[in-house]
Amino acid sequence: MSNNELKKNDIPQMLEISDVVQEAKEQKSFFFRHPIDCKPGQFTMVWIPGLDEKPMAVSYWKRNEFAFTSKAIGKFTNSLDKLKKGDKVGIRGPYGSCFSARQNSVVVGGGVGMASVSTLIDILKNPIIINGARSKDYLIYMKRYKNKNMVVATDDGSYGKKGFTTDILNEVLSNNKKIKIVYTCGQEMMMKKVFEICQRHKVECEASLERYMACGFGICGKCMINDKICCVDGPVFNSRQLNKLSEFGKFARLKSGRKVTIKEYHEMHA
Amino acid sequence: MLQTRLCNIRLKNPTILASGILGVTKESVDRIGKAGAGAVTLKSLCHEERKGFDNPTMFAYDGTFLNAVGLPGQGIDSAIRDFKRLDNLSVPVIGSIYGYRIEQFGQVAKKMASLNPSMIEVDISCPHMDYGKPYYADAGLTAKITKAVKKNAGRIPVSIKLSPNVYDIKEIAHAAEKSGANAITAINAASGMVIDIQARKPVLANKIGGVTGPALKPIAVRCVYEVYETVKIPIIGTGGVTYGKDAVEMIMAGATCVGIGSGIYYRGIGIFRKVCDEMTAWMKKNKVRNLNEIRGEGHK
Repeated sequence: MSNNELKKNDIPQMLEISDVVQEAKEQKSFFFRHPIDCKPGQFTMVWIPGLDEKPMAVSYWKRNEFAFTSKAIGKFTNSLDKLKKGDKVGIRGPYGSCFSARQNSVVVGGGVGMASVSTLIDILKNPIIINGARSKDYLIYMKRYKNKNMVVATDDGSYGKKGFTTDILNEVLSNNKKIKIVYTCGQEMMMKKVFEICQRHKVECEASLERYMACGFGICGKCMINDKICCVDGPVFNSRQLNKLSEFGKFARLKSGRKVTIKEYHEMHA
Repeated sequence: MLQTRLCNIRLKNPTILASGILGVTKESVDRIGKAGAGAVTLKSLCHEERKGFDNPTMFAYDGTFLNAVGLPGQGIDSAIRDFKRLDNLSVPVIGSIYGYRIEQFGQVAKKMASLNPSMIEVDISCPHMDYGKPYYADAGLTAKITKAVKKNAGRIPVSIKLSPNVYDIKEIAHAAEKSGANAITAINAASGMVIDIQARKPVLANKIGGVTGPALKPIAVRCVYEVYETVKIPIIGTGGVTYGKDAVEMIMAGATCVGIGSGIYYRGIGIFRKVCDEMTAWMKKNKVRNLNEIRGEGHK
């Protein structure tokens, strides 16, 4: 027999949204009563028929239930934002590499980037969580992690400490020599700083990177970061890999394949 | 055993990454070369930057692969800055080009030639382009494009990539050869559609796309067979090659080299080495010393 069998996960399944939870301003979680075989940090491709399909990290994962958390910033996510319980979207995956989930860890999430590290937080033993956003209204998962060891930072000081997650990380690593690894997801400039701080403190780092994706299974070549295919080699990369990725924190490719600075990339996609 | 000569290019083996799969950046080209491909074809570039279609742009369904990516690309001018040159990589590179109008094919070819690729492939055959009359279905237009590219390609050999979506592929291949083409790439994707019965809508955002993967192979073998009977120039046989036996079949139909694209979905980037190992094993078992012994054997 040939191996040309269908990879079942690659066919979108039309799933009914079982619940919608407003997590914070412009950010909602969409729940599905459906089992999914998933590791922390992996993502699904979410399809709105007739519109578009985008990668979304799995942000809640239980037996027979999962969710993703989306921030309404563009054409696709604004349409998602209007969907209600009972509406259907196409789901395929999960895809990509995962976090190593080692103990004695710090998890740094910036804005909706918290969604990519949340299933990781759920399986770690007592991690230090650094949750940052531009202001109080944009902080997600505040109730979800209220009993955890969480430090909150906002750019404007409207909640928690005024300042950046990276400043807090620097303090935490200076005061706590037991920390072995830092997991992070958020704006790439933040993750770049997180990585640099980890290098200085000689602590391992794993970061979940974002690039424009189309296929999700390593064929189309749109999501290249240097020689790495973000959707299959990533999205989670470790220190050794990050060290070799000269484009990390500097360049990304647009939908057309043109290489631009990270700043331009975020402006084009916002 | 597998060493192959395509026009004036020496390949360590006859497997070539087909255009449209992964060949977007210099570093991915290098990676595919290191993974064992005999040559690598870039994703097609034209005179301007194109975003391509919205997602879904690619889907896998039972032994079928379906795509309508919409020829995204950074454009040849940006690519020249990005790639700088194409003759210093771990593997021979084939630059794939297209245009909207005939003269644009020539202009893009000239710019591509400045990067010094081993070959220029001309994509006249994308099955779902959003511009005018399809060039691939008309022998006269195919001849004009071939001449326009040849005039601008200098000493770099030119291959014309043909479509299966035509009444008579022999006529088109003949027109390309007569107009100076140095090779034929056969075939591009077959036009197709998949409707998701749960969503009750075509899966691809563009609705119509190109069928590739194992489902395309018998169509590709037939096309290569017919082209081989018509022209003397070498053929890059592309369409559904996934295993060594598929490559052997394609060569028996008359192909000099075999393109591999969607196969990466089924077997990963390691497919080039795997297909080569399987071909070598088949050749040893069947006492075939080199590929010339079996090339076109299906015609005898």
